[in-house]
Amino acid sequence: MKGYLILEDGQILTGESVGTDREIISEFVFNTSMTGYVEVLTDPSYAGQSVVMTYPLIGNYGVCLDDQESNKPYVAGFVVNELIEKGSNFRKNVELKDYLKEHDIPCLQGIDTRYLTKIIRNKGCINGMITTKKYDDLESVLEKIRQYRVKGVVAQVTCQHAYKVGTGVRRVALYDFGAKKNIAESLAKRNIEVTVFPASTPAATIMNGNFDGIMLSNGPGDPDENQEIIAEMKKLAASQIPIFAICLGHQLMALAHGFTTEKMKYGHHGANHPVKNLQTGRVYISTQNHNYVICEESIDPLIAKPWFKNVNDGTIEGIEYLHEKIKTVQFHPEACAGPLDTDELFDEFVKMMEDK
Amino acid sequence: MAKDESIQKVLVIGSGPIIIGQAAEFDYAGTQACRALKEEGIEVVLINSNPATIMTDKDIADKVYIEPLTVPVVKKLIIEEKPDSILPTLGGQNALNIAMALADEGFLEEHHVRTIGTDTETIKLAEDRLEFKKLMERIGEPCAPSIVVNHVDDALAFADKIGYPVVVRPAYTLGGTGGGIAHDAVQLHDICTNGLRLSRVSQCLIEKSIAGWKEVEYEVMRDGAGNCITVCNMENMDPVGVHTGDSIVVAPSQTLADKEYQMLRSSALNIISALHIKGGCNVQYALNSESFEYCVIEVNPRVSRSSALASKATGYPIAKLAAKIALGYRLDEIKNAVTGKTYASYEPALDYVVCKIPKWPFDKFVGASRKLGTQMKATGEVMAICNHFEGALMKALRSLEQNVYYLEGSHLSELASEQLKTKLTEVDDQRIFVIAQALRQGISVTEIHQLTKIDSWFIDRIKVLIEMEERLKSEELSVQLLQQAKKLQFPDRVIAQFTGRSEDQIHQLRKQHHITASYQIVDTCAAEFDAMTPYYYSVYGGMNEVTTQNPKQKIMVLGSGPIRIGQGIEFDYCSVHCVWALKAAGYDTIIVNNNPETVSTDFDIADRLYFEPLTPEDVENIVDIEKPDGAIVQFGGQTAIKLTQALTKMGVKILGTDADDVDAAEDRERFDEILEKCHIDRPKGLTVFTTAEALKAANELGYPVLIRPSYVLGGAGMEIALNDGDIRKFMEIINRQFQEHPILIDKYLSGKEVEVDAICDQNGILIPGIMEHVERAGVHSGDSISVYPPQKIKTEIKEIIVDYTQRLAKALHVIGLINIQFIVYEDEVYVIEVNPRSSRTIPYISKVTDLPVVAIATKVIMGQSIEDQGYHYGLAPEKETVAVKMPVFSFEKITGAEISLGPEMKSTGEVLGISKSADEAIYKAFMATGIQLPKKKKIICTVKDSSKAEFLPIARQYYAFGYDIYSTEGTYHFLKKHGVPAHLVNRIDDKTNTIFDLMLTDTVDLVIDIPTRNNNLKDGFLIRRFAVEAGIPIYTSLDTAKALIDSLERRKKGITTLIDITQLK
Repeated sequence: MKGYLILEDGQILTGESVGTDREIISEFVFNTSMTGYVEVLTDPSYAGQSVVMTYPLIGNYGVCLDDQESNKPYVAGFVVNELIEKGSNFRKNVELKDYLKEHDIPCLQGIDTRYLTKIIRNKGCINGMITTKKYDDLESVLEKIRQYRVKGVVAQVTCQHAYKVGTGVRRVALYDFGAKKNIAESLAKRNIEVTVFPASTPAATIMNGNFDGIMLSNGPGDPDENQEIIAEMKKLAASQIPIFAICLGHQLMALAHGFTTEKMKYGHHGANHPVKNLQTGRVYISTQNHNYVICEESIDPLIAKPWFKNVNDGTIEGIEYLHEKIKTVQFHPEACAGPLDTDELFDEFVKMMEDK
Repeated sequence: MAKDESIQKVLVIGSGPIIIGQAAEFDYAGTQACRALKEEGIEVVLINSNPATIMTDKDIADKVYIEPLTVPVVKKLIIEEKPDSILPTLGGQNALNIAMALADEGFLEEHHVRTIGTDTETIKLAEDRLEFKKLMERIGEPCAPSIVVNHVDDALAFADKIGYPVVVRPAYTLGGTGGGIAHDAVQLHDICTNGLRLSRVSQCLIEKSIAGWKEVEYEVMRDGAGNCITVCNMENMDPVGVHTGDSIVVAPSQTLADKEYQMLRSSALNIISALHIKGGCNVQYALNSESFEYCVIEVNPRVSRSSALASKATGYPIAKLAAKIALGYRLDEIKNAVTGKTYASYEPALDYVVCKIPKWPFDKFVGASRKLGTQMKATGEVMAICNHFEGALMKALRSLEQNVYYLEGSHLSELASEQLKTKLTEVDDQRIFVIAQALRQGISVTEIHQLTKIDSWFIDRIKVLIEMEERLKSEELSVQLLQQAKKLQFPDRVIAQFTGRSEDQIHQLRKQHHITASYQIVDTCAAEFDAMTPYYYSVYGGMNEVTTQNPKQKIMVLGSGPIRIGQGIEFDYCSVHCVWALKAAGYDTIIVNNNPETVSTDFDIADRLYFEPLTPEDVENIVDIEKPDGAIVQFGGQTAIKLTQALTKMGVKILGTDADDVDAAEDRERFDEILEKCHIDRPKGLTVFTTAEALKAANELGYPVLIRPSYVLGGAGMEIALNDGDIRKFMEIINRQFQEHPILIDKYLSGKEVEVDAICDQNGILIPGIMEHVERAGVHSGDSISVYPPQKIKTEIKEIIVDYTQRLAKALHVIGLINIQFIVYEDEVYVIEVNPRSSRTIPYISKVTDLPVVAIATKVIMGQSIEDQGYHYGLAPEKETVAVKMPVFSFEKITGAEISLGPEMKSTGEVLGISKSADEAIYKAFMATGIQLPKKKKIICTVKDSSKAEFLPIARQYYAFGYDIYSTEGTYHFLKKHGVPAHLVNRIDDKTNTIFDLMLTDTVDLVIDIPTRNNNLKDGFLIRRFAVEAGIPIYTSLDTAKALIDSLERRKKGITTLIDITQLK
């Protein structure tokens, strides 16, 4: 069946609807990873967003359920140049097309994704609708599309109840703002018992829980709208328990310290972003998925200093707090999809806990 | 850490002649790196024996030595030039080996020269099998179970333990020379014996065969601070077992999920970190397709063919960055020239698929084995880009210029299913066509996968193409179907064939429905950043990104496609210089080419690069968008010339010699008329179509005669016939392929061959120099030793040659370049061939005469006369230096290839010897081809009866020089009778003391084998093959043998002078 992508500026791209035929409105971002579409689909940080894959062939190796970064796909919709119907991989459990249908995810193929990517690059993140309907009255639809905002998404993607992952000599509390599976697993494999908590968990619960460290996860949406969580983060920061934070967690911790965030034009979404450790000068290739960034000038030099920066655009990629045991990064050391180059940051977190 | 200011003067070692396994990619890498060094204000001293390259141009380095790449010569150069550093990672295995030898001897330390880029310790670690294995064990990277042996017995014992099949890899050889897979003890014994001999350190690695696993490569970079990135990964469609140079390769990998991709990526970074690589490095993996099990196959701590491919596939200039890293820069300090926004520490993201297909020389070596294995056989490769694999494959297929436009299976249509299945298990150059045919016959993807071990993903994609064929054959051609076929890159001519229409009809239909190609950019970043690289590939059904706003006049230059025997790197040299000359003159330039190994396809050569097949349809699509003011075809070899008619039909003005005049030179009858009008003789000849006509013609002319198809390159299919039997045999071979044009039969004159290139404008000609061949007529000019200025040609003859050249240029209205070959026979001058285009000798003659031949010709083509450019008409004054161009062959790579020289070209590359003394020049050229004489002073001579008398004085020379001559019966008795002491060796089928036994003793310096032409006795063929495979130099022409002994006699003191060609007088 024909499927359409209606962009908020009125452009309509025609393709073929290959997922579910449900109509959705969302923000659209592009991802430049050449592998790892399963990880992308299941990354809760994409809640409220549809992802355009720049690599033209998606589905080459089907879906290996082990590769899921959460319990299900969280993207609003999926746009590809060509969906390969028959994947080839010894781990394949299901074809991508069937997986998308099973999880009720709308997907368009046959879209000139390079063209679409250039639109997003030039105009910034753009709202759009995936639909199989041909609208006569486009204006009313466009109005709806333009009004769309990614909102309240953390509450939608966080876990309902606390649960444990792994066993070990140390105990870490992981705040789930939409955590990717490999964050808990990266800790667990370092001999750590991880307790995953819902995003709304009060700081006191954690502070009284006798944890060696606190891990703040990635997550979707505008960090600024999580004021209640930010208030709890302030308390955690004061607790002197070592904290390591990724992506949304990194932003929330910055906001808790009075720094500010801003929305980027089209964000960083891919597995090839160079970040530089400002202390060592070493450059690492990192996985990234964020639309918001911490304003450098808002960082109070008496409280914190930049730890990592993006080599290409110089944006803040990590912060080290001067008076607390807190280190936070914007990128994803847990990778999945993407390079494992910064996996050692989890070791650094372990060291922070050892030094306590 | 920025640039290391203590590096001021760098010696760059090039890779030498083009041979199989070490080809044009090193010209590309070397040129890019030298330019990068110069950009940093470094004084660059270059040594490379290969005159056909851009790299050895005098403006690429500050000092350019086209000298033999031997340890003594490089030592001498270091003493003379006193560089502070040496950069050995740009010249392939040759350069690495030389640098290692210099380091091992302590020579570099003694002369305060340091190795920059990856250092010699690292190179040793990566190249020495045992050391490497130990390191891999230490860092926990798996290798296949293996053992390093110096003796065959150890290999056999190991194989007994781990089981067959096992792979044999000799250490320190090029392109896996001498390697192979052994399935039993007998095979292992043979392969290992040979491998040990070919290895510089008599060392072979015997390893468990992991044939059938996926082969995946990673191109990685690391800087001195330890920052690492992956430029790209590539997946070989052919599983482990086929050399990566002989595999169909895609980039990026298609069948790896992120887990597998990252596992290998991390491993690659782990390895280059452990090795302390500073620059580029290639890591090859075998990945079990049923598990996460993998092993490291090989690491190349230098730029390579794969790095050239990765650079072109991604737009990331690996060699340039390797050079900058060698100077001390960090990856995050170097801007990405493609985006201008990102840095070199950014990993390219591709939003297209790249497919590479090797170009094999089996059309040149009819009798050779087409089997593919661990020893590379391809001379070159093509690359194609599209937004899906099917399209990239279709484009790459037609880029090969084999008259194949889809996965044609007509030659397989007779085969039944069972036969096809058997064929599927045979790994050769035809396998992809067999797969297609198997799919057509209904053999399942699963079964094909089981038989070939090729991932079913690729077979599924091929099936998409076969299904489209079926639809085109069976359905009505709707607009939608046409769109879909074009999207899959089916050429109009194939659609026409399947739908029973004409190509023109399909073309019209497309135009009518606006089904046209559009062009997208290779930008390293999948459109994330606004890149202005002018590097394009075509797709159907996508947006067009070409911006052609430019007030300048727009000129299109057609490139020369893949490197093959007969059309090599020389034509890329010419194309690049043409573009540079046009740019300098203020034109907007477009280049079209599909060879990933070359300089011409670097994104900053022309104003716009189209990485596309060179077929009329593909070129027309570009013409439609670009609307060039003119096209230049005379620099891109036969590939470009072949497009002349099509371009004219498209309404593109051919600049330079008119298409009709090109035709006049190639059409036998028209050309004869011109010769007659010019009062120039040529050996008598006739044109024929049938065998009966050929026999009649041959007898009329009198044997020996030359027989060949017209419109050929490198003398393809050309043979000397001595009798009616030969004629019958050759006609049968020639007519196996449909001949559009008549076959030529000429009287064969055994005279001296002379060659001339000339630049022609409307008023006159400029001949940079006359070149004299050492071998008599009958040996292809590309396989002959060529001497400039001529040493044995009288002034009167030179005058005649200049006069004839003038007359022919005028009669053919040549504007630009012309190449003419003459025979001087009994003081008469005959013309044997005229090519109104750039030739193979242009780079060499440009360098040794210090005349920018291509630039002058390009300006002439654009309307500026020779005189207006400040040059004089006529023969340019001869230089004081003598330059000798000598061919280099790759026979050891092509199992079963006949090596004796004849009218069909067989060499893959060339070297130059240059000196003020003619003797030293030729001596240098011999040394540069890789021979090291004299060593053991034993020589084997087998000479046909008719040449024995002529051979006698040559034999005396070798004997007098101290050589022990060994001969089989005939030659032995002849020599003895004439008082030349010789030893008798038995023929190959004897039990003891055979010629093979002697060669195996590793005491033979040289074989001179003058075969009876066209009567290829099995003995002679086997002797020649054996010599080649044993690595013993062999000459099959008396003229070469004489030239060699003359030079050995006269240059007992060896090489004493080195010439910097930037200072030629």
